[in-house]
This record gives sequence, C-alpha cells and structure tokens, in this order.
Amino acid sequence: MRSAAAALVLALAAGTSLAQQARPLADDPALEAQVLAIAEHLRCLVCQNETIAASRADLANDLRDQIRAQLKEGRSEAQIKQYMVDRYGDFVLYTPPVRPTTWLLWAGPFILLLAMIGWLVRLLRSRGHEASAAPLADAELERARVLLGEASEADVPAGAATGPGGGAKAKTGGKASAERRS
Amino acid sequence: MKLRYLVPLVLFLVLAGFLAVGLQRNPREVPSPLVNKRAPEFSLPRLEDPSLQHGVAQMKGKVWVANFFASWCVPCLAEHPLVTELSRSVTVVGINYKDKREDATRWLARNGNSYAMVLVDREGKVGLDYGVYGVPESYVIDKDGVIRYKQIGPITPQALQEVLLPLLKKLDA
Repeated sequence: MRSAAAALVLALAAGTSLAQQARPLADDPALEAQVLAIAEHLRCLVCQNETIAASRADLANDLRDQIRAQLKEGRSEAQIKQYMVDRYGDFVLYTPPVRPTTWLLWAGPFILLLAMIGWLVRLLRSRGHEASAAPLADAELERARVLLGEASEADVPAGAATGPGGGAKAKTGGKASAERRS
Repeated sequence: MKLRYLVPLVLFLVLAGFLAVGLQRNPREVPSPLVNKRAPEFSLPRLEDPSLQHGVAQMKGKVWVANFFASWCVPCLAEHPLVTELSRSVTVVGINYKDKREDATRWLARNGNSYAMVLVDREGKVGLDYGVYGVPESYVIDKDGVIRYKQIGPITPQALQEVLLPLLKKLDA
C-alpha cells in the first residue's frame, strides 16, 4: 500500500516536471524578449482579441516558433511582419498600415473633432451676436442694479421706476377688463 | 430651414446602415491575401506511402482543390460528405494537417476516402504558408497554379452549390 502511494507521488512529480519542460523556449532570454516584443503587435487569428504573445492557441504557438526561427536566421522585424501579412493579411497587424483604404480610419476621428469644433465655434458666435443685438437700455440697467442691491431705490430715476409699476397697473387693468367682459 | 431638423435623423440612418451591414458579416472570416496569388509551393509525403512526394508543380494544368483536414477536427467530419460530392467534379487533394498517420488512416477508412490523394503536413508548415488558421479550409487552385477562392471553415451545401461548383465550371472552360 505504501509503495503504491509512493509510486503515485513519484508519477505525479514526474508529470509536473514534464509539464514544466514541455514549452520550448529559446535558450537566449534576449531573443525570447525580442520574440514577445514582435508577437505583441500581431493579432492571433483564432482568438481575435488576443495578441500572438498572449494567446495559448496552437496557431499562436506555431507563429511564435516561426518568429523565433526567423529571428535566429537574422531576419528583421519588418521582414517578419511582412511574412505574417503575406499569409493572413493586414488583419494580423494591431496597427493598421496607412493607405487609401484606411485613410478614413486614421483621419476619421480628427475630421470629426474638427467638424465638432467648427460647429461649436459657429454656435458660440451666433449666440454672441444675439446677445449684442439687444443691448440693455439705461433704465433696465439701473433696475438690474437695484435688484442686485448695488444701488438704493432712491437712486432710480423716476422714469425707470414707473416701468414695473406701470406694467403692474396694465396687468390689473387687463384683468379688470377681462372681468368686465365676463 | 426646416431641413436642419432632418440632420439628426439622417445621421442616425447612416449609423444604423453601417451597423446593419457590420452585423451581417462574420468576424471569424479573415479575407485571405493569397486569393488571386500563386499557390505557395510545397512538396509533401503521401499518406499511403511516405516515400512518395507530391507538390503543387505536379498539379499544373489542372484545376484542383486543396482541402486541409484532420481526424481531430469535428467540422471536418461534418463537411466530409460535401467533399465527397465535390470530388465528383474536381480533383480534391486532402492535406492532413497536424495529425497522426494512424489516426488519419483510420478516420479515412471509417468515413470514406474520396480524395484523389492525401498528403501529410505533420508540422503544419504548409498550412502556415497557406495562411490556414483553423481546419477545415479549402483552396481552389486554377490551371496556372493561382489560388482563386478560399473556403474558410467547413464547406456548406450553400457554398458548394452557389460558389464552388459555379466557380469550377468557369475555371474549367
């Protein structure tokens, strides 16, 4: 019984050590860093929201091997990216290239921003125009000052004081006439 | 002047139009840059006899279909009857992708082998050159060795009737 347990423990230990050895990495950590740096800019085609560096899909594994092998052969990053684009199209690149079909993609946000700024400027200008088109009369200005408590009632010229009073009278007058009519 | 009020409506309709088109596309289908390009050269051992090699060069002057499949791939099993149907009108070469020889042999014995020939791509290197990112995938290659169409995923009855067969008829003429 004890020997069986020991065998089981041994088997498990062997299993885990094998699992750790399973991933073939370059012996050279600098090369491995370079592989990941390139793989980070490439999209995995199986799980499309992951980079080839992050994905655990079989295909991503193969493509990492491919990058590793090509770096060892002395090929440049641009050459490796071209290799990927030749097979999978621009879709593999996380940064799409600038060309006529992608102009709108690249320029779109800026065009939208400029259009919005233009619209805002126009709106603000027309608003400023409306406000300046109806300047306050002296009397209104004076009354505003009174309401804000900057001047006393006594300072208000007689003509201005009749403004609101007259308005109130007119209102009551209107009411009276309405009553009369009914 | 009244037209100003239509601006939001028009913007909405444009946006809705873009979304409607976008929703009907399949994001899994990545259009292949290899279509209308020369089929990448390869030379692979045959499944029945590994000492025999076969490559693209030997297919020159013939319209043919390269069908990447594997015994571990479930959609391959689903499309297999359609591959059999396709093989009645064109030479279909099966490329056994990342598979074990015994498994592939057993799978073909059980499900029927209508391939003109089965080649073994053990490491998936040829698959890489063809931009295969999942099996099954099929490539229609014309008489000049140019890829004319890529079927991503299993061949469906609709794809067979509406795309593959008409294209093959056109290429043969």
